[in-house]
Amino acid sequence: MSEQDNSRRDFFVKVGLLLNGLAVAVLATPVVGYLIGPIIRGGGGKYRQWIDLGELDEFPEGQTRLAKYKNPISNAWDGKTDDLPCWVRRIQGEKFQVFAINCAHLGCPVRWFAQSGLFMCPCHGGVYYQDGSRASGPPPRGLFEYPYKVEGGHLMIEAGQLPTLSTEASLKKRSGECQG
Amino acid sequence: MSRLKAIADWFGERLKIGPAVRETVTHPVPRKSASWFYVFGSAALTVFILQIFTGIMLALIYVPSAGQAWESLQYLNHGVTLGWYLRAVHGWGSNFMVAIVLIHMVQVALFGAYKFPRELTWIVGVFLLLMTLGMAFTGQVLRFDQDAYWGLGIGASICGRVPFIGAWVVHLLLGGPIIAGDTLSRFFALHVFVIPGLLIGFVSLHLLMVLKLGINEWPMPGRLVRRSTYLQEYSELTHKDGMPFVPGAVWKDMIFTSIIIASVLACAAIFGPYGPSGQPDPTIVQTVPKPDFFFEWLYALLALLPPQMETPALLIGPVVIIGFLILLPFFAGEGEKSWKRRPIAVVTILLTAVALGTLTHLASYTPWSPVMDAWSGDPVPVQYLKGRSPLERVGSAVFQEKQCRNCHSIGGSGGQRGPALDSVAVRMTHAQLVRQVVQGGGNMPAYGKQLNPAEVAALVAFLETLHPPNQPPARDAAHQMSTELERPKPQTANPVQAQK
Repeated sequence: MSEQDNSRRDFFVKVGLLLNGLAVAVLATPVVGYLIGPIIRGGGGKYRQWIDLGELDEFPEGQTRLAKYKNPISNAWDGKTDDLPCWVRRIQGEKFQVFAINCAHLGCPVRWFAQSGLFMCPCHGGVYYQDGSRASGPPPRGLFEYPYKVEGGHLMIEAGQLPTLSTEASLKKRSGECQG
Repeated sequence: MSRLKAIADWFGERLKIGPAVRETVTHPVPRKSASWFYVFGSAALTVFILQIFTGIMLALIYVPSAGQAWESLQYLNHGVTLGWYLRAVHGWGSNFMVAIVLIHMVQVALFGAYKFPRELTWIVGVFLLLMTLGMAFTGQVLRFDQDAYWGLGIGASICGRVPFIGAWVVHLLLGGPIIAGDTLSRFFALHVFVIPGLLIGFVSLHLLMVLKLGINEWPMPGRLVRRSTYLQEYSELTHKDGMPFVPGAVWKDMIFTSIIIASVLACAAIFGPYGPSGQPDPTIVQTVPKPDFFFEWLYALLALLPPQMETPALLIGPVVIIGFLILLPFFAGEGEKSWKRRPIAVVTILLTAVALGTLTHLASYTPWSPVMDAWSGDPVPVQYLKGRSPLERVGSAVFQEKQCRNCHSIGGSGGQRGPALDSVAVRMTHAQLVRQVVQGGGNMPAYGKQLNPAEVAALVAFLETLHPPNQPPARDAAHQMSTELERPKPQTANPVQAQK
């Protein structure tokens, strides 16, 4: 076997590797796109939409009530998981606060206690005042708030994604705009 | 008999695995390593095989859909013949697997088995531990109940603490904006395909290295590991004082493994399957989510860490711990193997065990959580009401009504978030009690906006009665003097006003 033969074979092995590499790259692109789909779909706040929570009369002034809504992005096989709760506090007239159910600490469902005017979390003991500000325990901030508006006698909130310390950032900004 | 041999030979000629099998079966092990301490690896492997088998059985029925998973588990529990038992075996098998893997790891660490030339066996083992824990967590998610739902919420909230890319990580974890169908489907893929596939690969690698490098010898104090001489020393040891794995050592593995499997089956029969608890319906907020046993220490830690340390601990802690475990054989790859001469190793393992045990114990009664129904469920003990004035009794009603009881116990029942109040009057004067109730502080919310002055007066009057009979309530010396000075004057004001 001459040296030339060897270099010929080496060359074709390299060509083979290159072709396989190309094939992998061509395959990997759609796979990666598929995998990061949940990020792309939600880009630019596309997960959030305005949702009708019901007529204003359902929320008596000075009270905080549990309201339920259907998540705007849902599938037939979601079962009950896309029925989401939130706490609606009607302060006065058209002045509201709509809190996420999820504790700002680690997302457990906070419960409202009207008698003491506190939200308490069953997991790690986070407690919030009726205006959502942190009262005690491990939460690093107050409850997450959804932006709201009143339209045609209905209370609307802008929601659609699980609020966490990262996914709330845009929420907070928007709620600032809304409530002036 | 000769026909059997003929068949075996037919396969042997084609498969050519005879020599490899013979090598595996007869590979020499040091006589002292054929010990009852060396049985945990094979037990972990056997439980893993049991998990694969029962997992496939459950997959015949289970529906990995957020809308139907919970119902399919109910069906497994109640509608399918012995479905409950297979669920129970899989659930208890998971507990046993985590426990045995941890014991195996401690044994390997104490016996210095991670040292040269078995560094990579240890590193692969670290990944096997992580995958085992990954299986335990994803398995808990597949039991798609309230605990699973809110456990995912906790997972997402932890991901949400990652700086800059937190939102992306949350959406990747959930497969969308919220915990829903896509979330369960991806955890199903992880639990059933991805992690088991990796586990099988890594377990094979782990086993191959044990066979090729030989089982760790029994550590003798003073017999040091040196890279230059170890391989020769080990070879001499196994040839001079060794015996073939089969039958020399294998019988102990077999007996221990059967005991473990029997224990899994017995636990499954006696204690039954895990849950599922309530339906995964987020609008049911009357729930107290809790992780499975092997994650309870983490649950406790997250409640007890100071808030400002939490994010760094959550994000940096795992990197430090995993990094330490992976690097361990590189900075301690030589030298003494015996635990008798490695006090730091022994103390580290003991401290870790005590810490994990303490946190797990705390998680069993969660003193940091308010008891959500204590205010309406736990009555005020009768002896705290006997012979009390109407004002003090009204105060006890305020105490219950305003949910003080959720965080403060009296008479041994109620929350443990705040201090027990059975002797609060000994610790605090009237003025201090008023201040604490109205302004809060020390991790207690301020109740000034939720209590009117009359309620505060009544509540404090009740709290002032809470002291042991032989201990007088605390008094403010200055206040006492001023009242003594005032004493000669005629006293007309009613008691409530006098207190103000």
